[in-house]
Amino acid sequence: MLRRLATGLVVLWAAATAAYLALLAAPGDTVDAIIGDGADTPLIRAQIIQEWHLDRPAVVQYLDFLWRALHGDLGRSYLLQRPVAEVIGGQLAPTLTLASSAGVLGVVLALVLAITTRRPWARRVSSTLELVLVSTPPFLIGIILLSVFSFRLGLFPVSGGQGFASLVLPAVTLALPVAGVLTQVLRDGVDRALDEPFVVTARARGLGERAVLVRHALRHALLPAVTLIGWLFGILLGGAVIIETVFGRPGLGQVTLNAVTSEDMPVVLAVVVFSAFVYVVLNTLADLAYLIIDPRLRRS
Amino acid sequence: MTIALDRPLPVRIRRPRGVGVALAGAFLAFAVAAAALPGLFAGDPLAADPRHVLEAPSAAHWFGTDQLGRDVFDRVVHGARHSLTIGIAATLVAAGLGVLLGLLAGLSHKYADEALSRGFDALAAFPLLLLALLFVAVAGPGTMGLIVAIGIATLPHYARVVRSQTFVVRQAGYVTQAVAFGDSRPRLVLRHVLPNVIGPIPVLAVIGLGEAILAAAGLSFLGMGPQPPSPEWGAMLSEGRGYLSIAWWTSILPGVVVTLVVISLTVVGRRLHRRFEGRTA
Amino acid sequence: MISVRDLRVTFPVGRTVVEAVRGVDLDIAAGECVALVGESGSGKSVTARTLVGLAGRGATVSTSRFEIDGKDVRGYGERDWKRLRGSFAGLVLQDALVSLDPLRTVGAEIGEVLRIHKAPGDVVSLLSAVHVPEPSRRAKQYPHQLSGGLRQRALIASAIAAGPPLLIADEPTTALDVTVQAQILDLLAERRAAGETLLLISHDLAVVSRLADRVLVMKDGRVIESGDTASLLAAPAHPYTRELVRAVPSAASRGRRLSSTAVPDSVALDAEGPPEGAADSVVIRAEGLRKTYGRHTVVDGVDLVVRRGEIVGLVGESGSGKTTVAQLVFGLVPPTSGTVAFEGAPWTGLKERRRRPRRRRLQFISQDPLSAFDPRWTVRRIVGEALAGKSGAVPLLERVGLSADVLDRYPRQLSGGQRQRVAIARALAPRPSLIICDEPVSALDVSVQAQVLDLLADIRATDGTALLFISHDLGVVHHLADRVLVMRDGSVVESGPIDDVFHHPQHEYTRALLDAVPTLEVSQR
Repeated sequence: MLRRLATGLVVLWAAATAAYLALLAAPGDTVDAIIGDGADTPLIRAQIIQEWHLDRPAVVQYLDFLWRALHGDLGRSYLLQRPVAEVIGGQLAPTLTLASSAGVLGVVLALVLAITTRRPWARRVSSTLELVLVSTPPFLIGIILLSVFSFRLGLFPVSGGQGFASLVLPAVTLALPVAGVLTQVLRDGVDRALDEPFVVTARARGLGERAVLVRHALRHALLPAVTLIGWLFGILLGGAVIIETVFGRPGLGQVTLNAVTSEDMPVVLAVVVFSAFVYVVLNTLADLAYLIIDPRLRRS
Repeated sequence: MTIALDRPLPVRIRRPRGVGVALAGAFLAFAVAAAALPGLFAGDPLAADPRHVLEAPSAAHWFGTDQLGRDVFDRVVHGARHSLTIGIAATLVAAGLGVLLGLLAGLSHKYADEALSRGFDALAAFPLLLLALLFVAVAGPGTMGLIVAIGIATLPHYARVVRSQTFVVRQAGYVTQAVAFGDSRPRLVLRHVLPNVIGPIPVLAVIGLGEAILAAAGLSFLGMGPQPPSPEWGAMLSEGRGYLSIAWWTSILPGVVVTLVVISLTVVGRRLHRRFEGRTA
Repeated sequence: MISVRDLRVTFPVGRTVVEAVRGVDLDIAAGECVALVGESGSGKSVTARTLVGLAGRGATVSTSRFEIDGKDVRGYGERDWKRLRGSFAGLVLQDALVSLDPLRTVGAEIGEVLRIHKAPGDVVSLLSAVHVPEPSRRAKQYPHQLSGGLRQRALIASAIAAGPPLLIADEPTTALDVTVQAQILDLLAERRAAGETLLLISHDLAVVSRLADRVLVMKDGRVIESGDTASLLAAPAHPYTRELVRAVPSAASRGRRLSSTAVPDSVALDAEGPPEGAADSVVIRAEGLRKTYGRHTVVDGVDLVVRRGEIVGLVGESGSGKTTVAQLVFGLVPPTSGTVAFEGAPWTGLKERRRRPRRRRLQFISQDPLSAFDPRWTVRRIVGEALAGKSGAVPLLERVGLSADVLDRYPRQLSGGQRQRVAIARALAPRPSLIICDEPVSALDVSVQAQVLDLLADIRATDGTALLFISHDLGVVHHLADRVLVMRDGSVVESGPIDDVFHHPQHEYTRALLDAVPTLEVSQR
């Protein structure tokens, strides 16, 4: 576990460093980016250089960045002139709501589909559906849902981030591809487990088919699915950027997108470091879940 | 967002029936032809006709027209070049670098392997879209930026497969046997390890290509790809979005084409995968 | 208790249908022990599983009579079978490590049976009934935490939990070490004495002869011979049964051929003389070999000498360190201390670069020949590579009893026996002075094993190649080897000429090993 934590920290450090290097490699003058459309005088320039410590050597700036990041200080946004932590923190809630409801919906959908579609015809229908879901760009799913449920039927608001009604379509849009992939993985895991000798033993005890599935096979199928937690997070966060654009929702995705288009590097950097952090935390949790599910990995 | 870095290949897929695979193959062939010679299949994608704005699909305009009166079908056909080029180039970058680095990690000693593997982990720690956005922020939007971004972001996928495969092959009996016949190390790697490790890569790449195309479309949708008026599929969706309530075809039809390309790639890739598995198992 | 007539089971394979069981008649009376014996693919397992309605996915079962306790069960649906499974018959499979759910405690697995059938009794008393020590602690453990023997006992406990009158044991001791196997067989005999009916499925005639009242010999989905155990094994009527009995290697079979298939009288490949400098006839000499991994000592002070044309057996149970000795001698891993000299010159402590020119004189055959071949290479390329550009692939293949037909096949297209022959051909190609054989026949059926053992004996006789023969099977070693080393926990406990060691064992461990081996005594009469 300690080792796992250490690797997590290394990954985090590598991610932050890579992001920082990318920042250094960025073309254009940092001062120009900060000034943007504001007044441009030598005096202001000097002030900016002083305020952002741009006169120090790159190594010092890098160490300074790491040191401050370690304390949760991710710098100030060039554009908004506010601490980055504040900018991100303010927009975290809507994205978190969207991602978590989509994640839960996707996982539940996948579990239900993987268990209920065991008969050959149901399986065929379901796996075709999964293939389509997995291959469809999420923004297309969003646009189709919008076009049908908002424009045609008027059931849900077209855009906005207020209330439950505005959450339904974005969450469904994001959950569908997740469900598609997870169902495939779970079904494959169940199929594999059902071929194992212990299933023959379980059946020979007089255990019913449903019980074999739920009590034995599903648990084995969860193992490969748990490994996908990191991927799931990527899909949810990356998807949030797109879904928020499609549905006009506020959130982390919008913040990121704006920062990228306006070259607001501290914000971009912060989002990257933050997402790497969440990824590492989730993967550590996945390892824990592994230990809970599979006793063979526990050290006796 | 269907961007999977670690998504394991579902191994036991029901065999896609022959018809499906044939259809998928034919569709892909058409897409490639369109990318190579778009002029053969469609008219000028930039020709605007202010008299026919946002017209519904008809015999004259199969996919209808957009807000500037441009033929959506023409634009979709021409868009194939942008989307496929980005997807293929990114996949080549990813698979090439991935095989090289994965082999290196799998063959080297503990510490070098550890360092490389953590590098793959760090890359995988970024959601693909975010990593790509970071690249675009640095390099500016455009085709090159997308290729590099998607290529590097999907690299760990290949590298990890190659690395673990290398470990398997290193332990295999035939490598021991080659030692028994006095093969030197480079000879061993070239004759036994590399060919046995690289086997699944082309198949992975076919499926990975679908993912790369999806990612490219997603980034273009956000305005990070080729800039208007270039007919890129994701960008077309984005442009058409504003007219969704009155003209669904301008956004949904290009989207459907993307989906069909990705489905076809997946179907063909899985068939190849099965074929490959059958050959080695 | 069970009466079946003309049982047929078919499976769809691709577009065709494979008939796994082709008209088997089977009667089991209460209280008896019946054995189904056959090699892989004979349909014995499928037959047994069909008796509890578990023929397998997609299987079609047809039979003219199928009665359990006098009731016709031919129309039974899944629900009816479910009721019978566990309460009428318990099933014990090979290797409890995979036959018990690895993610659940053994207690949970046994408790499940009690719950399903609402049977009285409790997990702890069931575990003590199969002689698991500290049953309440073991019940909370997972299969991987138990030793092979305890696991198998737990599996048996789960099979008998609901008190079924019939116990079906499908290769119940196959994955176990010989001493553990003896214990499990004792346990089954005990159940039998307590009035349980037993259906035993095994490939091993010796195991069967110890337990069964009646034997049915199966081949290609049919019962070719049946009768009471003693008389059937003493005087087999069917040629196949005769061949099977004859093929069992043991002390008694020394010096005679095990298989009836004659290998063509091939000319010996002219043995190359020993290289210069090898004055004495010692091919390999290992002294004080020790190998540790961390704090764990795997091999501890092993001395070993193999002379030209000699077959030296190395026996031991799993974990005794015999495979590590093979790797040390082969030079795949360096010893922690100790030396190996090959053909009179130092072999350990050299750079691999300096060993390479001599590598071809020392060859290696492993248990699993499939993984020992590059899957992309045909037999032609495999053998050609081994011959290093010299011609003579066909004579070489003929030498090991294969024809030129196999040249363009891939290893996976060959049968297990053919693969092992190709492996032997490849090992012979560079005219080695020593071949290390690590469990070369363990994965083979007994009749194929017999052919391979005969081949190895021929090779030694004609070519004078020495063999270091590693095996867990005392019968195989006694049949083939001139001298033997018995290993336990990394050290050699006893060594010497084979008959001395096996007929007059000095060390108590050797004695225990030999006592545990089930022997096919009838065959000697």
